[in-house]
Amino acid sequence: MLLIRCPYCEEERPELEFRNAGEAHIARPTNIAAETDDDFEKFFFIRANPKGVIYERWRHIHGCARFFNAVRDTVTDKFVMTYKAGEPKPAKLPGAAK
Amino acid sequence: MAKAAAKTKAAASASVERRPALAGRTLSAPGVKVEILPPAERVSLRAPQASVAALSKALGVTLPVKPKSSAAKDGRTALWLGPDEWMIIDEAGNDPLADCAKVTALHSAVGISHRNVGISVAGPAAAVTVNSGCPQDLSLEAFPVGAASRTILGKSEIVLLRIAADVFRVECWRSFSDYVFTLLSEAASDAAN
Amino acid sequence: MNAMFRISGAGRLSQAKTASFSFDDKSYTGIEGDTLASALLANGVHLVGRSFKYHRPRGVLSAGAEEPNALVQIVRDDARKTPNVRATVQELYDGLTAHSQNRWPSLSFDVGAVNDIASPLFSAGFYYKTFMWPKSAWKSLYEPKIRAAAGLGVSPGKPDPDHYAARYAHCEVLVLGGGAAGIAAALAAAEAGVRVILADEQAEFGGSLRFESGARIDGQDGYAWAQAAIAKLKAMDNVRVLSRTTAFGYYAQNFVGLVERVSDHLKNPGRELARERLWQVRAGRVVIATGAIERHMVFANNDRPGVMLASAARTYLNHYGVAVGRNVGVYTANDSAYAAAIDLKKAGVNIAAIVDLRDNPAGPAIDEARALGIEINFGRAVVSAGGKLRVSSMTVQPKNGGGGRTIPVDAILMSAGWTPSVHLFSQSRGKVAFNDETKRFVPGTYAQDCVSVGACNGTDGLDAAVDEAYAAGAKAAKEASGKAGKGAKPKVDAGESWSRGMLGAAPGAGPGTTVKAFVDFQNDVTAKDIRQAVHEGMHSIEHVKRFTTNGMATDQGKTSNMHGLAIAAEELGKPIPQVGLTTFRAPYTPVTFGSIVGHARGALFDPTRRTATHGWAASQGAVFEDVGHWKRAWYFPKAGEDMHAAVNRECVTVRKVAGLFDASTLGKIEVVGPDAAKFMELLYTNPWEKLETGRCRYGIMLREDGFIYDDGVVGRLAPDRFHVTTTTGGAPRVMNHMEDYLQTEFPHLNVWLTSITEQWAVIAVQGPKSREIIAPLVEGIDMSDEAMPHMSVREGKICGVPTRLFRMSFTGERGFEVNVPADYGEAVWEALWAEGQKHGATAYGTETMHVLRAEKGYIIVGQDTDGTVTPNDAGLDWAVGKKKTDFVGIRGLTRPDLVAKGRKQLVGLKTKDPKVVLEEGAQIVADPKQPIPMKMIGHVTSSYWSENCGRSIALALVAGGRDRMGQTLYVPMPNGTIEVEVTGMVFVDEKGERLNG
Repeated sequence: MLLIRCPYCEEERPELEFRNAGEAHIARPTNIAAETDDDFEKFFFIRANPKGVIYERWRHIHGCARFFNAVRDTVTDKFVMTYKAGEPKPAKLPGAAK
Repeated sequence: MAKAAAKTKAAASASVERRPALAGRTLSAPGVKVEILPPAERVSLRAPQASVAALSKALGVTLPVKPKSSAAKDGRTALWLGPDEWMIIDEAGNDPLADCAKVTALHSAVGISHRNVGISVAGPAAAVTVNSGCPQDLSLEAFPVGAASRTILGKSEIVLLRIAADVFRVECWRSFSDYVFTLLSEAASDAAN
Repeated sequence: MNAMFRISGAGRLSQAKTASFSFDDKSYTGIEGDTLASALLANGVHLVGRSFKYHRPRGVLSAGAEEPNALVQIVRDDARKTPNVRATVQELYDGLTAHSQNRWPSLSFDVGAVNDIASPLFSAGFYYKTFMWPKSAWKSLYEPKIRAAAGLGVSPGKPDPDHYAARYAHCEVLVLGGGAAGIAAALAAAEAGVRVILADEQAEFGGSLRFESGARIDGQDGYAWAQAAIAKLKAMDNVRVLSRTTAFGYYAQNFVGLVERVSDHLKNPGRELARERLWQVRAGRVVIATGAIERHMVFANNDRPGVMLASAARTYLNHYGVAVGRNVGVYTANDSAYAAAIDLKKAGVNIAAIVDLRDNPAGPAIDEARALGIEINFGRAVVSAGGKLRVSSMTVQPKNGGGGRTIPVDAILMSAGWTPSVHLFSQSRGKVAFNDETKRFVPGTYAQDCVSVGACNGTDGLDAAVDEAYAAGAKAAKEASGKAGKGAKPKVDAGESWSRGMLGAAPGAGPGTTVKAFVDFQNDVTAKDIRQAVHEGMHSIEHVKRFTTNGMATDQGKTSNMHGLAIAAEELGKPIPQVGLTTFRAPYTPVTFGSIVGHARGALFDPTRRTATHGWAASQGAVFEDVGHWKRAWYFPKAGEDMHAAVNRECVTVRKVAGLFDASTLGKIEVVGPDAAKFMELLYTNPWEKLETGRCRYGIMLREDGFIYDDGVVGRLAPDRFHVTTTTGGAPRVMNHMEDYLQTEFPHLNVWLTSITEQWAVIAVQGPKSREIIAPLVEGIDMSDEAMPHMSVREGKICGVPTRLFRMSFTGERGFEVNVPADYGEAVWEALWAEGQKHGATAYGTETMHVLRAEKGYIIVGQDTDGTVTPNDAGLDWAVGKKKTDFVGIRGLTRPDLVAKGRKQLVGLKTKDPKVVLEEGAQIVADPKQPIPMKMIGHVTSSYWSENCGRSIALALVAGGRDRMGQTLYVPMPNGTIEVEVTGMVFVDEKGERLNG
């Protein structure tokens, strides 16, 4: 069982309290009704599913109930960092090579 | 705000009896006692930071803003559950929902007195008992007296409040109370070993 | 009475405290503190089992968890029969009953031993090669036969009556292994004041101090020092000492699984005691002090009972006071077997000879053995063991060949050297490194915050191990907490040091030989099998492992892996590190299902949720059905009624009079805030801004792809407050869906969501008499049609308690849903029931609810929809706000596939024969005469007998369904094809007049 740092609770908590919520930084278009079929497909269906660093959403559903963002390595299953929902993608990851 | 909030407290004119879930159930084991607590008034309170002062004043207890903490005064406890979420538990027979209704500052107050059941786990083996199904570190360093958190107990969500070094209050939803009480009871029997 | 091989004055057990036990129905006497193995050996019993494949007689190899041979069945009663218990781990209790396994009719005469004679047939890869053809025979013939012949022990035929406990624990320092190193590490960490957990799989702490007679620490005997140190640790508040506790799995972020055997060693464990306790420990730092495991020598017939590890014989002598024989031979490639010979000799056991593969070793152990007058043969090998049910001799030859001689013995002690136990380190994802000088794998690169100390780290010598462990314990405490200790390091006055040894087949069992020199005892893998695997093309150790099954038994190759690897490497002509070690996986030793399940069985398997009226319904004889975690009243049979009759009566009564139904399980969410209506506009297809306070609306929620996600009636309690209902099954995910959008897409909205599912008990009162039933109990609400029309909500009181009273209908009748605070639910239900009785109303369950709503064509999301149904498909286009510019799903609805012609649409079906009730899920075709496979154009989603209609009714999703009104379609079933007519979805009161009836 992993420990995940909740950016709202400001501490690491057991994975059992959390739920994954898919890839992060996919904003719903503000005028979604006007999206083309291709754009809607990209928005709704297409996901990166990378091997390595992924930016994804988690919810501390059995804790503070907040959605937040996490950077995780899909190979090592290690969390690199977590940050609050709405905050931009971190420009630089801790421990990452320049 | 909250004009139509239902006041769930029984009026004096109630012609039907209240039947709380598992009322009176207790279990004693070496080092720990698990018991169903009497009904209490509860409010799920949601508000932005700007409203915290006004709500604190109306409730008579300062809403905590530090994660995993609580504040208590005169039989009323405010538990921090999230950055804009508190649970208010009133065990003194007063009505926190009515107090919130007087506040004009932005907030949401919803009565949940009947939604939850409170269970006391008390005794030297209380933390071990709760740890049978709760994965959090319940040492006094990590979860001091007054700490409060929504978390997991086995397969149920609970809210956990540490009232004293060896006393916890476990809050769960009404229909989960049988499961939670039974798990705590079974764990209590093992906890002193 | 002491058993024959118990030596008075030897060992640490009190020989006065006896315990009787039986093995294969024969009674024996052991003493308290024995393991089953030591007690059997004390009675001269070496033959304890038959091997897995060849059914060869087997004895006790070891004195610990690595045991591959001595697997027995322990029987407490009919329900408690545990197979494959290691006799070396099972502690003796008075009355213990054990049986040998894998033999018939008896252990000494086993028919299955024919496999041994026929063993050329059963060589490596036997299964893969033999049972290939014909393919069809695998399922019908080969697999059943193999399964019957294979497998060890017998499963109990009854449910496990024991219970199992579980707990999470946290500590700064977790020490795995309670030998000298583990104890030293725990002391250092404990003295720093941090939380320490020390676990060891044995009943007593001390590890190899149990047999190392020469060890002295802090001026006392090593084992006595260990006991004193453990007593000191146990007395400290910050330390938890766990004996009989195996660390079986090392997971991410220092999460370690331990199983504590709580009561398997007790004669009559009380009901209050769990059988086992699972500890899930999160540790700041882990100190691994798991020691090393002695390897056997690989020579012909090295599996004969009486052939055992030298350290095991020493443990039986020094700890249990048992001599494993009277005339013992020793076969070794390192010094440590000498210590066993010396201890036994001093205890009065004859040492027939020490056979040492090495040419000219020297050292104090050898000098001492020589001084005791023991015959020592250097540069020689034991090429074969004689005897069958018990070893009777050893044949000794110069290791490079030449004339041999046979020496009579009744036991052979062997030692090929020691293998560091890197299992847990490896499970932590650490990478092992091969030390070419000492020929062993030791911890190399660490992946987690842990450290290996002592023998498992390849640290030789007691002094060095204790030094290293104490420093590591102190460092771990410091790193995890910043605290430093103030104790004194234990001082090792004397200790033993394990020297090197050899890997692979010994002389006489090398290339070109075909003798049965066992590498893996439990899976009957010989040196020859490994070589054969390489010859047949298995060049990776992982392939060799799978082809031969070396290391794949329940002992996971604790004694065999290194030998197997060395033989494969030799055959491949590659150095060992290039061939590689197989991966170690959890569990370290077998773990019971019970310990993993823990408390989660019976009533605690999963939460069972009951509504406030459950007790009343049960008292009325309701039959319940499971709906998710909920128990819901399904129907209320009266005396003599079956389900069909009860449901028919309930359905008719509701439409004629009225019925009471518990709708409490419906999800309920209170949406509060100045932007509540705006939020509702975004989450539902319907318009909400203009819904007046006090009115209700049926809402549909879509996913972004345009498909129906949930539905429910929503009441507006105030301009800033909505009472939203969801489906029972959808409650948690709808809440999550709404929170997701609120928090991440629409965080600018001032609105909050609160689950009130369990705050309110909901009593649906439906039927023409519903108002008459409720009205007498209600205060402060005008229930007239003018004041409270269909689809409205009022707050007031019922029976003196607060209510949110909805006028709504899921039956098509005039109806209400009475919400009251849950603790009042049952009492209000009883009051309504009393009123209802005056009119002849019925209580009804979920089955009647389903029939009544189907009669009206009301859908159930998840039954009539399946995640690919749009509002239009379901005939609910009217509920989609045409003027809205945004809501979740608005863009999905215009996707090409969702507006295409020929989509499946929800329609009604009437069977041509009104008595025939269709099966839900049945497929529908247009032409029943077409060849198979037929083109299926839809399926039945709901189907019931409708007593009100006097016929069966059904709903179905049919391609282009609404253009097929009046058409005849066909439902092919195994017993014939059923003709159906496509109809509208409403079977009762098409005009909807009964809502006000």
